[in-house]
Amino acid sequence: MIRILKQIFRTGIVTEPLPRETEGEVEEVGARLQEAIRKRFRGSLTIRQVDAGSCNGCELEIHAINNPIYNCERFGIHFTASPRFADMLLVTGPVTHNMEIALRRTYNAVPPPKIVVAVGDCGCNGGIFGESYATLGAIDKVIPVDVHIHGCPPTPVALLHGILKAVEK
Amino acid sequence: MNELREINKLRDIIAALFGSDAKKEEGQYPLSVLTYILPREKFADAARALKKAYALLAAEWATDETSFGRGFGIFACYRKGSEYLIVKVNVPLEDPTFPSLSKHFVPAYRFERQIQSLMGITPVGNPDARPWIKFEDWPQDAWPLRKAFNASKPLPRVEGEYKWVKAEGEGVYEIPVGPVHAGIIEPGHFRFQAVGEDIINLEERLGYVHKGIEKKFESMSWENGARLAGRVSGDTTVAHSIAYCMALEAMTGCKLPERAHWLRAIFLERERIANHLGDIGAICNDAAFSFMLYQLSRLRELILRTNYKLFGHRFIMDKVIPGGVAVDIDSTGKKEMLSELDNISKDFEKLVVIYEESPSLEDRVRDTGILRPERARELCVVGIAARASGLNLDCRIFNPFPPYDRHDRIELGVPVLITGDVHARAWVRIQEIRESIRITRYMLENFPDGEIISSFTRPSPGISGFAAVEGWRGEIIYWLQAGPKGEINRCMVRDPSSVNWLGLEQAIPGNIVPDFPLCNKSFNQSYSGHDL
Repeated sequence: MIRILKQIFRTGIVTEPLPRETEGEVEEVGARLQEAIRKRFRGSLTIRQVDAGSCNGCELEIHAINNPIYNCERFGIHFTASPRFADMLLVTGPVTHNMEIALRRTYNAVPPPKIVVAVGDCGCNGGIFGESYATLGAIDKVIPVDVHIHGCPPTPVALLHGILKAVEK
Repeated sequence: MNELREINKLRDIIAALFGSDAKKEEGQYPLSVLTYILPREKFADAARALKKAYALLAAEWATDETSFGRGFGIFACYRKGSEYLIVKVNVPLEDPTFPSLSKHFVPAYRFERQIQSLMGITPVGNPDARPWIKFEDWPQDAWPLRKAFNASKPLPRVEGEYKWVKAEGEGVYEIPVGPVHAGIIEPGHFRFQAVGEDIINLEERLGYVHKGIEKKFESMSWENGARLAGRVSGDTTVAHSIAYCMALEAMTGCKLPERAHWLRAIFLERERIANHLGDIGAICNDAAFSFMLYQLSRLRELILRTNYKLFGHRFIMDKVIPGGVAVDIDSTGKKEMLSELDNISKDFEKLVVIYEESPSLEDRVRDTGILRPERARELCVVGIAARASGLNLDCRIFNPFPPYDRHDRIELGVPVLITGDVHARAWVRIQEIRESIRITRYMLENFPDGEIISSFTRPSPGISGFAAVEGWRGEIIYWLQAGPKGEINRCMVRDPSSVNWLGLEQAIPGNIVPDFPLCNKSFNQSYSGHDL
């Protein structure tokens, strides 16, 4: 126990200060995010992430916004396991033939306002996989999308940016 | 000399057993990996003989060779120590069947379901005729890997039913999970039969992220193929693109500058460190020890940031290209990496002590999700899962590329444990991080000068290439075949997860339902790499 406490105190709060190259950006996005989430969602935005066919690259970066350096919880963002509790779907693609039905069902289970954010180049336009017998391509071919976040995969800062855009919309 | 005798072993068995029936296939590269063509009816006999010699089945796949004016080809790749051997049989178009290997090698049963589903060739004697990856709502005769299949047209949906394994009896109930399941994770379906808390059977159902990758390769240029290989499994982008490029370079006889090899090795080890750090944290988190998750994900983030700064991408995606690498490091970059590794290793060692000294954690990870060594061998698992269950397999030792072939200098240690539980899989990762940090330091201190890319020529028609690379999950195999016009005729991808998912299925029965996430995390398999 002593070791754990020691390590916690030794590490300190790493969320601030952030490394210089991203500091300004995250802070600015963060302040606006917090404000928007406070106003529109009473301080708490709940997200269900759906992998509709991604290579797992985008998922790793979505994990990263939960790490202590980006610490998205400080803005009131948290991830849920059930779409029924979600305000927002964070969907990665391309939508595969085999995931299409599951994606539609997940979307239907989300209560309004049903904000949908398409993550990654594949989610936005099919990416390198494009459209084929196995993939339908972009997410907006299957469910309505509010905001697109480009990148292969998008960086954690780009993800926070995109979530902000969707919340402010 | 001893080594030489070992190398010749599997091929000697084939040569001795089948004599003039076994023909060596020409145009297969590298020359150290032999391909024998056998008569179709001898396919399973070869498997039986090789199994007796303690070979393991590494992969089984099919090709459509109609563009050469032939029928289909069925391939099985065996591994023993540092020797890989491929056995091929030809299958005529009018009778698309071949003898199943599932009697001799368990993983064949899933490889063959896949061959049947995607290429439409029937494995005779395989007890499980249910489709795999191909869902029940696909048209029966949709065989995407066949050349006649039009891959650009969307698939229609038809009525169909998947026959699940059933368990009945008093108090037996079923828990279906997924494909959209807990947290931020890829989709897959798991079906548990349980009595009370105890799981009596787990059945996996995968294929949700089938993107038609193997088919997609066939419409791409060799150069672009490296980009697609980098997206087979996003967390293993470096290892997949190295494996693809190595198979391709073997075909073209392209000789890489020493520096390019070393850079690839640095990328590979950084990918291993980053993923292992994340995994150990996630395993602890699933045992309700979130302290470790946050500490280790912080270290992971530091690695990714250095990657971005030095190589221009957090996962070093698209930096391994045919003929070499696309990014170099200078002396400041080296210094930065060395000091970063010092910092990380200092913090990491403190966390390892905490991992070892926490009884609540130990209680969850020890004796949970056991994959017994004999079972691991039967299933031919690879990588972390194999090393945690007593199998000493590591391509960096047995099938090395420079600088790993300098065994005398690098002295890479491969941790092998025999308990096969969650702790063993976590501990293998801990040891591997230590080794990776150590050999990265060695590489940075002894870095060769020179070019980072050599000229790359396209392969000539009809030849094929093979490569096996140790990604952080385990052995990744690529097998490429050039068509009659020198295009990609077939690209076979075997992610470690293709076999290791069987390991998870076998490790679960006997555990309690709440331990499933913990066990699953300790394997942390790729869905995308499996579904392709």
